[in-house]
Amino acid sequence: MATSNGFIGNTRKVNAHLTQNEGLSFEKSSPGKKAYKLAPLDVPEVDPAALLGEAHRSRNAELPELSEIEIIRHFTRLSTWNYAIDLGMYPLGSCTMKYNPRVNEFVSRLEGIAEAHPYQPETLSQGSLEIIKLLQDCLIEITGMDAITLQPAAGAHGEFTGILLARAYHQSKGNPRKTVIIPDSAHGTNPATAATCGYQVINLKSNSKGGVDVAALAQMVNEDTAAMMLTNPSTIGVFENEIHKIADVLHDKGALLYMDGANMNALVGKTRPGDFGVDLMHLNLHKTFSTPHGGGGPGSGPVACKKILEPFLPIPVLSRGGDGLLHWNYDRPESVGRVRMLYGNFGMFVRALAYTLANGPDGLRQTTEDAVLNANYIRKKLEDLYDLPYDTPSMHEVVFSDKRQTKNGVKTGDIAKRLIDYGFHPYTTSFPLIVPGALMIEPTESESREELDLFVDAMRQIAREADENPDLIKTAPHSTRISRLDETGAARKPVLRWQGPPENGIELDTAAKEW
Amino acid sequence: MRYLPKSDAERAAMLKEIGVSSINDLFTAIPEEYRLTRDLNIPRQMGESEIIDYFKAAAAKNANGYASFLGAGSYRHYRPVVIDSLVQRGEFLTSYTPYQAEITQGTLQAIFEFQTMICELTGMDIANASMYDGSTGAAEAVMMAVRVTGRDNVLVARTAHPEYREVMHTYAQHQGHDAKEVAYGQDGRIDLAALEQAVTEETACVLVQSPNFFGVIEDIPAVAEIAHKKGALLIVSIAEAISLGIVRPPVEADIVSMEAQSFGVAMSYGGPYCGVLAAKEKYLRQMPGRLVGETKDTEGSRGFVLTLSTREQHIRREKATSNICTNQALVALMATIFMTVYGKQGIRDLALQNLAKAKYAADAIGQHGKVLFAGTPRFHEFLLVTDENPSQLSERLLDRKIIGGLDLRKWYPELSNATLWCVTELTTKEQIDAAVGVIAEAPVTAEAR
Amino acid sequence: MAYPEKYKYTREHEWVEAAGNIGTVGITDYAQNSLGDIVFVDAPKIGTKVEKGAVFGSVESVKAVSDLYSPVTGTVTEVNEELHSSPEKINSDAHAAWIIKVELSDPNEVGSLLSAADYEKFIAEETGK
Repeated sequence: MATSNGFIGNTRKVNAHLTQNEGLSFEKSSPGKKAYKLAPLDVPEVDPAALLGEAHRSRNAELPELSEIEIIRHFTRLSTWNYAIDLGMYPLGSCTMKYNPRVNEFVSRLEGIAEAHPYQPETLSQGSLEIIKLLQDCLIEITGMDAITLQPAAGAHGEFTGILLARAYHQSKGNPRKTVIIPDSAHGTNPATAATCGYQVINLKSNSKGGVDVAALAQMVNEDTAAMMLTNPSTIGVFENEIHKIADVLHDKGALLYMDGANMNALVGKTRPGDFGVDLMHLNLHKTFSTPHGGGGPGSGPVACKKILEPFLPIPVLSRGGDGLLHWNYDRPESVGRVRMLYGNFGMFVRALAYTLANGPDGLRQTTEDAVLNANYIRKKLEDLYDLPYDTPSMHEVVFSDKRQTKNGVKTGDIAKRLIDYGFHPYTTSFPLIVPGALMIEPTESESREELDLFVDAMRQIAREADENPDLIKTAPHSTRISRLDETGAARKPVLRWQGPPENGIELDTAAKEW
Repeated sequence: MRYLPKSDAERAAMLKEIGVSSINDLFTAIPEEYRLTRDLNIPRQMGESEIIDYFKAAAAKNANGYASFLGAGSYRHYRPVVIDSLVQRGEFLTSYTPYQAEITQGTLQAIFEFQTMICELTGMDIANASMYDGSTGAAEAVMMAVRVTGRDNVLVARTAHPEYREVMHTYAQHQGHDAKEVAYGQDGRIDLAALEQAVTEETACVLVQSPNFFGVIEDIPAVAEIAHKKGALLIVSIAEAISLGIVRPPVEADIVSMEAQSFGVAMSYGGPYCGVLAAKEKYLRQMPGRLVGETKDTEGSRGFVLTLSTREQHIRREKATSNICTNQALVALMATIFMTVYGKQGIRDLALQNLAKAKYAADAIGQHGKVLFAGTPRFHEFLLVTDENPSQLSERLLDRKIIGGLDLRKWYPELSNATLWCVTELTTKEQIDAAVGVIAEAPVTAEAR
Repeated sequence: MAYPEKYKYTREHEWVEAAGNIGTVGITDYAQNSLGDIVFVDAPKIGTKVEKGAVFGSVESVKAVSDLYSPVTGTVTEVNEELHSSPEKINSDAHAAWIIKVELSDPNEVGSLLSAADYEKFIAEETGK
């Protein structure tokens, strides 16, 4: 435990409370316990060994055997160990951890929607198709684009699709080109994606304001450039106000401007990427459009584009036929193909559409304004204590650095861990790479003034602790069920599954052996 | 707007503290010509009951009260109610990726349990829940095999799901390892002789699906032997996870790519689903996607943490094993709960019911058409070839509120009038008998088309 | 930290000790300190040809991975198997925990690399200390 000579802040948001312990499901398993009962078989029984021959499974998989109450308790107890949006703010930059409306969950579970088989005849799928069409139309309007595909399953998948579209477009003009330009402030998925599509990545150093160095860009762009992947606002939360110049520089050489839409929460209803020169972009429904993160997925990453790219969209493409019905069109000779089976994460479309309908145009605009208001409020209330590496105006997120705190050896990662003791999930640490020791904070519009003030209060107290009691922060968190985990050990000797009960009844130090 | 926790008075006070007079002062970085001065042209704001009405009306335009014999990669199975009770808990539903392990042990432990159960079911050493679905999982498995072997010839069975093959092609075409197809034989399985001819020292991998798209179970040991002889990896793609309850696991495989939608994830018109990648221990560092590992904290207590992240995009950037950034945690959680509810014995019992129902259906339907590959072991899907053309058959079945087997003509024209039928534990004897009755009533025509 | 005089160094923070026509290669103490706890070393197989300035493997810590650039040209004759099970040896003594031994195509090649004193000056400039 840390020294108690120095200042220790007063955590106003949280208080200690007992949480239940819970082992692995396998550790509570006992042969013969069951949580299921199948309806009786209404057809003749079969002998699987006879039917399947050598394909018959002789030994059951060692799955646990538990009763229903044990399962309910097991997962309920586990859930109480998690932080979640429903409990409080997530200041994570570029993640847009906003409220996940419950009506979204309700409508996605309506029987006709949840149980729709993707290969049902189109005449019996018009409801699903109407939902897709309406969402497509709304997203096209929101982005200022001409066409869209909802097929990609996540943001990174959307990026992949976008670069495929760019490649197909250039190919149709006789030269697929060779390179993709990516700012050094970009999210890691951007260069990873470009490489997957066979493009060479050219890193563009950000200028002294953390934005795109347009002069350097102009030097770099040539006939080999397929596209630039740009996040706008940038990962430091700043709108590229030379965006039209950036677009011009690229278009002059026939290159495309791809926008990573991760930060759309700063733009919806206030401006449209299609209006300021973007040729194609992806959206993150799990960020801007409130679909739940669910502990890390599933997401959904639609890609919207200008009509020059429309012929290349993944198949199938939805359109309304002469009969007034919606149909999937597979006859698209220039399509890049499929990026996944079926049509996309339909369950997420339902949720995103419900969110859009709940807001309407005024709600969406107000949402964006509140997001930007909240970020600027935090900036104002912390800029006297935390270093702002760039003085450019912030939009929906603000990036500080740990420069003032490192004089006592306190780094952003430590401050983040100490924030846990104050009842918050940490902000994004150490990203973007262009800001050493970054604290990237995006409150979203879902935070009330009360929650923001509690966050500001926590950060101010931690700043004081950094001066007067740095060890307290360096050894944080102090209040969690488990303390800092040995990540080095986890990586050196990976234990990725439960190995079985201790032999001879002897309890092992940990319940799983190394393999 | 009811999701926004602010009053206008609070907004005004906050603006004052920031030192600006209006919210638009915070948007001046946007060049004026691009600032929207109109409302977006989208439907007006709706109340909650209106939203529900909208979606209920949409749902009503989908199939209602139909018996369905569709499978082909999306399967209708019973979803225990505890799944939704648990995953709708806010602490699971609205939690973030578990990068901060101290406050996400719930998610991490659940994923660790998932990884364990998938290993048990598939016979592999390591598993993750990080693929978007079975189709992208197959593509990622191929990329993994190419990385591991350093070779770039890829062989894929024609009996793998056609849409999976399309996706593999989309991924492979720009990376120099587009696949060659290997035909199937009279028994509905990959043609071993053709495979033997096709595998060379340049082959990175052979990919088969089992049970395959026709429902037939492949001879995995035989395929493995042919692949391994020349140093190629064997990838087994599994579209129907429940088959693993009763079908022997593909232990000879190097990589298993599975779609776990059958484990408690709703069909939901095609997504979100639950792609899983599992492999032998030696391929660990080439495996894309998130992995959860067990470790200890400073007090020696057991805990779980995301590990081996250096393979991933956020660190390796352009040198990453994949650009993938997700782990399908919520659907993986559904699958984890499903597997826990059924458990060691239940997965077998469930699979056995599927097998029994499908046998009954195939036998009954087989009286009125040709059920292909009759001598080869299958799970719960089979192909029916009729004299009657599938469109007409489909119409007649729909008239009786039955959605029959999937018309395969666009993918397998060589099979003439083939339809793919799936029967699960939820299909009743009455529904099967009714379908048989309709098939039997086929008008007598001279032509098959 | 004292950098062994008998080693030569690169700006990518590798060291090489040339003895006759065999070069022993590792990473410097500065490198291991920047990386943090090392969890994995990806080394090439015996017989692999390496080229001066080209990537021959990588070293991973929990949060970062660093490419290894060969200071010399030649063929790998030995690989330090100990690092497979105990990569932490690099953290404890980076200058003793060699990664590969290379049969040098040109034993004079190392002459153009940095001396211990030059390397120390280089890292002093890098870190601004």
